[in-house]
Amino acid sequence: MRISQRFTIIRTVLAIAIALAVAIGIIFLVSKSPVEAIIYFITGPVKKFSRLMNVVEMMLPLLFTGLSLSLIQRTGVFNLASEGCFFIGGAVAGLFAVKLNLPKVIDPMVCITIGGLVGMICMLIPAVCRLKFGASEVVSSLMMNYVLMYLGLIMIRVFVRNPDTGQLQSLDFQEQARLSILIPKTRVHTGLLVAAALVIIFWVYLFKSRWGYRMRMTGSNPGYSKYSGINNTKSILIGQALAGLACGIGGACEVLGLYQSFKWLALPGYGFDGVIIASLAQNNPILVPIGAFFLAYIRVGADIMTRMTDVQNEIVSIIQGVVIVLLSARAFLGNWEKREIVREATANAEGGDKT
Amino acid sequence: MQEEVQKISNTKIGDIYLSMKGITKVYGNGVLANNQVDFEVRKGEIHALMGENGAGKSTLMKVLFGNELPDAGTITLDGKEVTIDSPKTAVALGIGMVYQHFNLADSLTIAENIVVGSEPNEGVFFDRDNAIKIVNSLAERYGFNVKADELVRNISVCQKQKTEILKILFRDSQLIILDEPTAVLTPQETDELFEQLKMLKDNGYTIIFISHKIDEVMRLCDRVTIMRAGRHMGTYDISDLTARDISRLMVGRDVIQNIEKPDHPMGKTVLKVDELNFYDKHNVHVVNNMSFCLHKGEILGVAGVEGSGQKEMSEIITGLLPPFSGKVFFEGEDITEEDIAGRRKHGMSHIHEDRMTYGAAMNESIEENLISIRNEDPDLGSKLFLDRKKIRSLAEDLIKRFSVLCKSPDVPVKMLSGGNMQKVVVARELSVSPKVIIANQPTRGIDVGAVELIHKTLIEARENDCGVLLITSDLNEVLDLSDSLIVLHGGKIVGYFRDVKKLTEEELGLYMLGLKEQSEAEIREAVADED
Repeated sequence: MRISQRFTIIRTVLAIAIALAVAIGIIFLVSKSPVEAIIYFITGPVKKFSRLMNVVEMMLPLLFTGLSLSLIQRTGVFNLASEGCFFIGGAVAGLFAVKLNLPKVIDPMVCITIGGLVGMICMLIPAVCRLKFGASEVVSSLMMNYVLMYLGLIMIRVFVRNPDTGQLQSLDFQEQARLSILIPKTRVHTGLLVAAALVIIFWVYLFKSRWGYRMRMTGSNPGYSKYSGINNTKSILIGQALAGLACGIGGACEVLGLYQSFKWLALPGYGFDGVIIASLAQNNPILVPIGAFFLAYIRVGADIMTRMTDVQNEIVSIIQGVVIVLLSARAFLGNWEKREIVREATANAEGGDKT
Repeated sequence: MQEEVQKISNTKIGDIYLSMKGITKVYGNGVLANNQVDFEVRKGEIHALMGENGAGKSTLMKVLFGNELPDAGTITLDGKEVTIDSPKTAVALGIGMVYQHFNLADSLTIAENIVVGSEPNEGVFFDRDNAIKIVNSLAERYGFNVKADELVRNISVCQKQKTEILKILFRDSQLIILDEPTAVLTPQETDELFEQLKMLKDNGYTIIFISHKIDEVMRLCDRVTIMRAGRHMGTYDISDLTARDISRLMVGRDVIQNIEKPDHPMGKTVLKVDELNFYDKHNVHVVNNMSFCLHKGEILGVAGVEGSGQKEMSEIITGLLPPFSGKVFFEGEDITEEDIAGRRKHGMSHIHEDRMTYGAAMNESIEENLISIRNEDPDLGSKLFLDRKKIRSLAEDLIKRFSVLCKSPDVPVKMLSGGNMQKVVVARELSVSPKVIIANQPTRGIDVGAVELIHKTLIEARENDCGVLLITSDLNEVLDLSDSLIVLHGGKIVGYFRDVKKLTEEELGLYMLGLKEQSEAEIREAVADED
């Protein structure tokens, strides 16, 4: 275990390092002033407080979807509806933020809760189809994302469309529905507290609660958990429901925290980012903030670089791609790990002989 | 059409044909399976490779057959150094292997299974008639009694093994590896196999015979190589050794201990199975009207050739498989409709024959593998949360009691040897003080030390008035441990013996083969004993 744990960390760090090296190599190829670009890219986000806060803003939606995927990937049912759930959570919260008129504090809480519940129900649809009818969850959830996106847009168009704008957007939210700013002079809103709470709740659920134990065993070996008397269907559905809840709440917080009205016209992409973050975090909720911070950091860094130099920020996609490929490549560093294992095993055998 | 040309060999009978030197193999989970092993085989001999389960015999043969690449060492075959990187290369070099678990396509005929890969053809079409002709003549030449046009699904284990051997002969292999071929055979079938192997030897074939059964090796083989804990313990002429020598070299101590089983009175019926029936997906009647009773403090053995319905029967009793008809009673209560959790709550434990798929979650820690069946146990925490400290102390206690060799309870189960893995499974299943244990092949493929411990544990459970259903294809185990015994053949109970002491191995073999069968009335006694 010591060796494989060590190699998990080495693999992650090295994957990131190689990805950054590839990015730097490309910058050297395409840029007239590569050194400057790289400095902006790497140190840009920490140079100014406001930029660091941009990283935190960028992190927020990623936290929610990263948490969601860290559960999904442990259930053994690879449901990719996080994208659509995030969207529909935001759309429904936006709808209620226009229509409802409740007292301060209560209003956004109600909107977020409804957004979360809708996200939860939507996440459960592909999971139930999988468990009850054997429909491939990957296919049905990817399709589901488009269904949810158009459903959200239709709701906005029919119920709360702002007739004064050319582009589709909702009427303005009620003032008290919007999330307040947490750190003055930035756009970091109270959604951050919600995310922090979810990180802790998910970690406790996964590693401390009986439900979480059952879900981990189901994901790890469904035959074993069934034989042990664990209800696999139930534990998978609980995990998927929590994952959907996180997405829905995340979408709602994003919409109520950053905008005055609902303006999304396409899927924001945070759901799929969740896969990267959860993989970086080894599907451990407590490590999700680190993964989310990394991704947000390189995105903000690339943005700064794009603004200041001649390098385009698509470089971020290359970094993401390389990291994912290296992390999911199980044989990456496999030979090195094997040599270490051989060395330890033979050394143990020699030691054992003397006694 | 395939030309039957014998591969020309430079080696004369009696000379060294195969030489493996300094073979070291470490598996990805850190198990050192072979440590600097040397192994030499002469042309035209039957060479036994012996050792306990886990001694590294199978690994050495996997290296020879190209299933595993060695981490160090060289292989010389027929005077040339060779690199064997896949079974395909091994076959091309004239090596053939029969695995313990056969690699046959169930839905094809014997002939098709044998010729696959180098089929006789007519233009672009497969020439089935010719294939059957070739296989029949091959079988005749070596005295194998098989029908080439029979579907593999319908033939017995023994016939499947013959098919595997014919497959090797068809491919013109000079070196035949047999991995524990007698493990699945009855004593009568074993005798037949030995005759055939001796005939192959007389025809100039070289045979490596993997086994841990000393008497068989002494009867059949010319020389023996013994392995222990991944190391080569020496190669000897069989005539120079006694059974005791071999046992000492294999185990590292003098005699294999006998099982001590004090008398214990049987109690009331705790588990009753009533007219169970089950058909598999090919509509084969794999569980055929089974009825029997298990009493408190009784070890009821279930003997039978593997695949006689044992797996389905135990899965029906434990709730993994719904029966087509029939009922299961636990202390008089009908539990046929109950789910697995419900049955476990009644006090039923289950040691599944497949510890990798059902017995444990390989990637999870020992600790987490010890608590899965008590995930709702109020002793292990509050209603919603598990208490890590309580789990840890339970795990440490069980690891000590069942002497699981590990660094800590946090080690993932996949890092353990087969024997220690099985100890984790048994520890978990017995830690809940069950009233009934369904133990399906509890000691298959594990080392002698672990076998002993598990036998002791089952006997202890019996003394605590637990009913043990011991399903095993190991004749010695079933005869040594059981108080009473049922024999399965083709999904049916063909014999019930209230007192196992009166039964001999040969007699049991006849029942297992289906050559003998008790009358309906005698078998009904298995249920009539209810009280």
